[in-house]
Amino acid sequence: MTITSPGAAALRGAVGVAHTRVEGRDKVTGAARYAGEIPFAELAHGWLALSTVTRGRIRSVETAAVLDMPGVLTVLHHGNAPRLNTDYIGMLGVPPDPTAAVFQNDRVPYAGWPVALVVAETPEQAREAAEALVVTYDEEPHDTALVADHPGAYPAEGHMPAETEKGDLEGQLAASAVVVDARYTTPEQQHSMIEPHAATALWDGGRLEVVDSNQGTTWIQGELAKMFSLDESSVRVRSEHIGGGFGSKGLRAHQVSAVMAATALQRPVRVVMTRRQMFSLAGYRSPTTQRVRLGADLDGRLRALEHHSLNQTSTVYEFIEPGAGVARVMYDADAHRTANHVVRLDVPSPTWMRAPGEAPGSFAIESALDELAERCGVDPIELRLRNEPETGPVSGLPFSSRNLPACFREGARRFGWADRDPRPGVRRDGRWLLGTGTAAASFGAGAGPSTAKVTAEADGSFSVRIAAADIGTGARTALTLIAADALETTPDRVRVRIGDSDFGPAMIAGGSMGTRSWAWAITAAAGELRERLALTPDIPPEGITVRSDTTEAIRALARKERHSFGAQFAEVAVDTATGEIRVRRMLGIFAAGRIVNPLTARNQLVGGMTWGISMALHEEAVRDRETGRHYSPDLAGYHVATNADVPDIEADWVDDHDPDDPVGIKGVGEIGIVGAAAAVANAVWHATGVRHRNLPIRPDRVLTAASTPDPAEAAPSDGGAADA
Amino acid sequence: MAPATSSTSSAITLNINGEKHQLTIDHRTTLLDALRERLDLTGTKKGCDQGQCGACTVLVDSRRVVSCLNLAVAAEGREITTIEGMAEGDELHPVQQAFLDLDGYQCGYCTPGQICSAVAVIEEHAAGWPSAVTDDVGPEAGPPPLTPDEIRERMSGNLCRCGAYVSIVQAVSRAAGAYEATRDERRTAAAKEAAA
Repeated sequence: MTITSPGAAALRGAVGVAHTRVEGRDKVTGAARYAGEIPFAELAHGWLALSTVTRGRIRSVETAAVLDMPGVLTVLHHGNAPRLNTDYIGMLGVPPDPTAAVFQNDRVPYAGWPVALVVAETPEQAREAAEALVVTYDEEPHDTALVADHPGAYPAEGHMPAETEKGDLEGQLAASAVVVDARYTTPEQQHSMIEPHAATALWDGGRLEVVDSNQGTTWIQGELAKMFSLDESSVRVRSEHIGGGFGSKGLRAHQVSAVMAATALQRPVRVVMTRRQMFSLAGYRSPTTQRVRLGADLDGRLRALEHHSLNQTSTVYEFIEPGAGVARVMYDADAHRTANHVVRLDVPSPTWMRAPGEAPGSFAIESALDELAERCGVDPIELRLRNEPETGPVSGLPFSSRNLPACFREGARRFGWADRDPRPGVRRDGRWLLGTGTAAASFGAGAGPSTAKVTAEADGSFSVRIAAADIGTGARTALTLIAADALETTPDRVRVRIGDSDFGPAMIAGGSMGTRSWAWAITAAAGELRERLALTPDIPPEGITVRSDTTEAIRALARKERHSFGAQFAEVAVDTATGEIRVRRMLGIFAAGRIVNPLTARNQLVGGMTWGISMALHEEAVRDRETGRHYSPDLAGYHVATNADVPDIEADWVDDHDPDDPVGIKGVGEIGIVGAAAAVANAVWHATGVRHRNLPIRPDRVLTAASTPDPAEAAPSDGGAADA
Repeated sequence: MAPATSSTSSAITLNINGEKHQLTIDHRTTLLDALRERLDLTGTKKGCDQGQCGACTVLVDSRRVVSCLNLAVAAEGREITTIEGMAEGDELHPVQQAFLDLDGYQCGYCTPGQICSAVAVIEEHAAGWPSAVTDDVGPEAGPPPLTPDEIRERMSGNLCRCGAYVSIVQAVSRAAGAYEATRDERRTAAAKEAAA
């Protein structure tokens, strides 16, 4: 058929206009099927058995009795599982976490380590057998406590240099009129997405197929292919709907054990984590212990800045939660020193969790800046504006754009900051002390190489295929709007298909880079397709398809400091008789590049700020030093913010543009949490006059502070993060 | 795959969304697993399987329950409504429509439970049930205004880890308004149907 030239309509109006989710109807009717919900004939069910000791060796796995139980098909463990290849670097530039490479040896490096998979005809049979399975161990002593001066701590790089230093720190501190020297702790935090990890593996015509819930299908395809020594083209990973990820939905024990079982049994096998298992198998945000030293002149201008952050990792995998990284972007000083250290403990491997590094790091440094403002008698916003750097404080590179002052100006106006009395502990509403606080936010704006296929169909519509992942961000909808504008058509004429590794390599949904990366690839393919269509108005029945690859374009990007920025504001009410803290309102103003879909972007930003409330007041996974295990690893023992904990939160944005990006996107997935916990903690100080440097600000900590003569200087009686 | 009726299983009939389903079921099977694993009604979600997240919320005889803490055999003879039974053909329930229009979700996994819960919240409120934040709980007080604080409190059994509570509250508020507006109409229709 013949279509009119797409250029003729000149429609470019989808991006920037609120659009409900294209898969929204499926989500509100229950029709959207998540990974554990796709039916397969002859499906068998695997149930993971986890170690009950914290450190040691497996002496025996008593499979005989379990194999005789009804419906049991096999028990996989280190004595019979196939050997895996773990000597490789995956798509994200890191080696695999041995927690995912299951059943390779008899070592138990932490409590909750996978020791066996029981496979049976029904989930009930598999669960009963897994719970009946006897595993004996030779136990060894363990160390699970993160402490600030741990002798095993060492500097570690991860995705950034371990340490940076310029200037004479001690000299500048000595020359400073005002010095803040404070220690902060943040606890272990769990992603706690509501959909547990689930995967079904099967062999289909000589090809391994895995139906999964993950943040990048070609990422997981590559990992599984390498681990099982398969050709990548013989592995297909699909992940259509994902019930939350937040960094946790990568390669984990469930996919690998499902592939092992499907291979052994030659039938489809599904493995779903239980909520309790997720606490040791799904990754988590490491607790941190941080120290910040700031030295400034009386007007608040920084002469010295030191930020040191220590996190824990497992003995089998090195993961760095780079809390000190945020200072390398946000604030300059004549003397500037940052360091990320890590210590290996007998604990599960931590992983990326929404704003890794920035979330705990911003709590420390943005709290310290609030203390500095107080001591200098300078308004906290003014103090930050006086310390705005011209270029990257450590890199010296120019910023692609840095609209932090605009965020503070707009936020201050809308929040009513100008009328704020800076004195703490003087506002009362019945039993409540009231206070307001602010903090700055930043998060990197990056892009990863991606490929996309855009097809002009014979019926005049368009199809986009890209191995993107929509983990709740609204990516599927955003990409539909992007494609519509790039093709100069309307969103209803564009069908975007995602979540299938057969669509070719693409960036993961992570690092707030997904939508920008995928949009770039789609825009490139759409542009070339329009050129082709201008020359070829007749579309054959199979359509005309153009494929793009942004690898070279992204490699050619000039080196700059590329970040989103934001200003967070919170008002809290504190009852010092009960220790209760209520957040009454929050406002976040962000400079986060071009906003593709205001409806879903606002939801993302508000969701991040909600995480900030949750981090400030509720979340804390507590580990028993004696047993090395969590207390109450479930959603009753680990509190995430509920509906009643969250007030009306407003998020909005100022004009911001990355001139080097074809669609001007920066990303909104993570910046909402950055600085949010500090804004709440700073508001608690403003309400009560007490600095809380250990998260979460539990009622007992409020009560203890209220009964301590000089609580701001008191050391945390419970040692903070990991050891309650 | 299920064994015949025995000391560990039973043949039961479940009435779900107005349809009768006969199945032989392991006595240990929860209502949630019966829906998801046996009847292919996967709209009801499993988030924690221990009654802490609310993702598996369904209506049993019009009351909201967490289906993970109910055994399927104990649900025989009850009227079960799941997310798949909320819409009237192509027409979404006002709560579903409000969640869609106001973006009352992100990943969508807690959403069926949120919607089932919200439908029950609106009914509970209309029936005059107080909540922990209701000021006047006296017998003649009548339903309190369904303020955002009332909605937050009543919806707090349903966790949304994406943090979409702000738009969930807006969606429930809007749907409650639509529900009030059409209540009498629906009651008349229901009475006619019952008489016929």
